[in-house]
Amino acid sequence: MAETQSLRAWLLTDTPTSRRHAKLSALYQGWLTFRSNTMAMIGLGILVLLVLVAAAAPLLSPHDPFVQNLGNRLAPLGSEGHLLGTDSLGRDILSRLIYGARITLYIVALVALIAPVAGLLVGTVSGYAGGWIDIVLMRITDIFLAFPRLVLALAFVAALGAGIENAVLAISLTAWPPYARIARAETLTIRSSDYIAAIRLQGAGALRIITRHIWPLCISSLIVRVTLDMAGIILAAAGLGFLGLGAQPPSPEWGAMISEGRRFILDHWWVATMPGLAIFTVSLAFNLLGDGLRDVLDPKAGE
Amino acid sequence: MSLPPWLKTTALTLGSIAVTMLGLLFITFIIGRVMPIDPVLAIVGERAAQSTYDAVYLELGLDKPLIVQFGYYIWDVIRLDFGTSLLNARPVSEDIARVFPATLELATLGITIGIVLGVPLGVLAAVRKGSWIDQIARVVALVGYSMPIFWLGLMGLLIFYGILGWVGGPGRVGIFYVDVVPSVTGLILVDAILDRNWDVFKDAFSHIILPAALLGYYSLAYISRMTRSFMLEQLSAEYVTTARVKGMSEWDVIWKHAFKNIRVQLITVIALSYANLLEGSVLTEIIFSWPGIGSYITTALLSADMNAVLGGTVVVGLIFILLNIFSDLLYKVFDPRAR
Repeated sequence: MAETQSLRAWLLTDTPTSRRHAKLSALYQGWLTFRSNTMAMIGLGILVLLVLVAAAAPLLSPHDPFVQNLGNRLAPLGSEGHLLGTDSLGRDILSRLIYGARITLYIVALVALIAPVAGLLVGTVSGYAGGWIDIVLMRITDIFLAFPRLVLALAFVAALGAGIENAVLAISLTAWPPYARIARAETLTIRSSDYIAAIRLQGAGALRIITRHIWPLCISSLIVRVTLDMAGIILAAAGLGFLGLGAQPPSPEWGAMISEGRRFILDHWWVATMPGLAIFTVSLAFNLLGDGLRDVLDPKAGE
Repeated sequence: MSLPPWLKTTALTLGSIAVTMLGLLFITFIIGRVMPIDPVLAIVGERAAQSTYDAVYLELGLDKPLIVQFGYYIWDVIRLDFGTSLLNARPVSEDIARVFPATLELATLGITIGIVLGVPLGVLAAVRKGSWIDQIARVVALVGYSMPIFWLGLMGLLIFYGILGWVGGPGRVGIFYVDVVPSVTGLILVDAILDRNWDVFKDAFSHIILPAALLGYYSLAYISRMTRSFMLEQLSAEYVTTARVKGMSEWDVIWKHAFKNIRVQLITVIALSYANLLEGSVLTEIIFSWPGIGSYITTALLSADMNAVLGGTVVVGLIFILLNIFSDLLYKVFDPRAR
């Protein structure tokens, strides 16, 4: 008990003794603020659960998500051995939802890696270099921003061919411009500060300044934005899956599952309803988490 | 000798519109080129003689350098020539002109619902900040941001059409009302009024109300949140305090002073969400078998009809860009602070 008390005191001190100490202390105080936000904690809880479910999918799912049983197709909710019923090929919906969590996480993780990194690169280079590089890069960003995202993603998928990886690519291609804008704005304010001038006088080159001193400071606003965008990414991926342009059958992707259940919506409503609830829950969780993170990391942006 | 400032602004704006549109065309052009579909083969068919193939190849200008081909492409788009659809061999532009009114009608009714409900909700939420109505507005918006639109549409169909039977099912009108009224505007509600055919009007209304309400809900989520934050900003301004101290009624403070000052910002938001609706209707149209441009693009996509896909993308993109620019301009013209 005494140990945890002293750890707490150490973390909450006003006089940090080292740089690491100060960082941990700031992190802990952020966590305390975040923890007081009930809705954000609920969001975080749902997402942690999602990760656990995805990791333990083979242990948790009662059936093989791909095994068909035509003798027991479209079984209703709560039928024996199939808590959430079965789909048109007699596959267990619960097991498919559990395995689908993996696909959702896979898509989200990939887009969350590609789009912000691309945006960060474009934005910081644009902001740091200035001049005509800035003009050209920002013009391109504006062009992408002015596009209808879903329609553009549709056209990209049409060109690249349907499939999860191409859907990820298409979504990333339409998702990076806002990150570039944010990163550029941050870079512009950081660029002219005194400590950057000091580092430059010490002989640091542009590459070192951007990667070691500007990127770390852009990260927190990017994280908030990514978390808030996550829900949109999930919805876009599910939309592409629903249109038959994302994950291909028999993959248990949630959007594709809805598309399959759509044919039976009037008589066998649960086939399309359950994956929809799953998508809704996860994107709601991301929205709640994003709101909470914004309050912690970027208090100015809140209302 | 310097240009007057307004001329410079206009030139800059026009220049940026042109660049953005060129960018859009460039991207669709590239997509059309990397497409794994041979455009010549798509026209002549697999069993055509080599001489026919070569003739079409030359006719399409595929032997020219890419930059020249891009020039041809721009020229075609300016003349609204998107090629012919591979499915029905009709010009794509004709097809788009036929399906576009359906999307327009749906999106317009949707945005109307979004404005009529969203703006008062946002104002109320701001005025009674922290009250139950603010909480409700928050939840409504949060759910709107988190719900997959195609799933909500399915649920709507299931409940209001399948179980309750309150609304018409998929499509624009019931099967007995197809092509009953002459198509003048292409907007079936307007056509029915022009024809004074109230049966058709009622039937069309019962078909459009659910998808329009769905789109309305999505724009409501956005519009109400933005209205709320604009209003909060105004209500904390000093002139509002002054007005209250003067003894002005709360109604006048809110609507005559604060709301008046957010109108321009609000119109910008509405224009943006209207643009989003035009595009967001893709999934809604699929769910409700609505014969609009979203259905058109998707159907074309699934049957590898690339001229139709690219034509549709360009049209939606251009409208989207124009609405964006329109909202930008509006802001500059009516808000003296932005000048």
